[in-house]
Amino acid sequence: MPSEKISVMVTSNKREQLQMAAMVASVGAVSGNDVTVFLSMNSLKYFVKGNAEQASPEGPVGSLIVEKNAPDFMELFQQAVEYGDAKIFPCSMAVDILEIGQDDLEEFVSEPLGLTTFLSDASDGQVWHF
Amino acid sequence: MERKLVDAKNTFCPGPLMELIGQMKMAEVGDELEVLSTDKGSANDIPEWIHKVGHELLDSFEEDGVWHLVVKKIK
Repeated sequence: MPSEKISVMVTSNKREQLQMAAMVASVGAVSGNDVTVFLSMNSLKYFVKGNAEQASPEGPVGSLIVEKNAPDFMELFQQAVEYGDAKIFPCSMAVDILEIGQDDLEEFVSEPLGLTTFLSDASDGQVWHF
Repeated sequence: MERKLVDAKNTFCPGPLMELIGQMKMAEVGDELEVLSTDKGSANDIPEWIHKVGHELLDSFEEDGVWHLVVKKIK
């Protein structure tokens, strides 16, 4: 089975972007690819336990995602980890600036990662940004 | 032969695929699973996933707006 490296950088606080990122991460991971997700800037606060529902819809599709019961982005990220062994890292800078502890984050989020390591890891695969 | 029904109606891509994978994880090699989906995109995508990861698509058909995909766990 051909396996590729897929790196996903997530910085948005909007539901449409988070949803697309979660779809790429989960489908990529369960299809046998090596998926790494890097959470930074305004996306990180939603990965603090209990905060996901606060994500604003962004546009009409974002509203419909909630209304029509499409898979929740947080559930998809979790499935990316559980079913596809994806790794989801919080950006170490964002963790420090927001003063977020590891215990505050969803269980499936790994220990903080620096940008240098993420970029080095991403250098020989697909890179996506949301 | 056990055939497990995975009812993934009324959700959207990639919900049906994820529900199938969740059930596949718990199934034994040789088991058959039948996914029900009302999402046409998933009906096209799930066979692609089955092919890519090396399981077997035994049957696929649409009935009254519901797609049925029958997959056999190979490994």
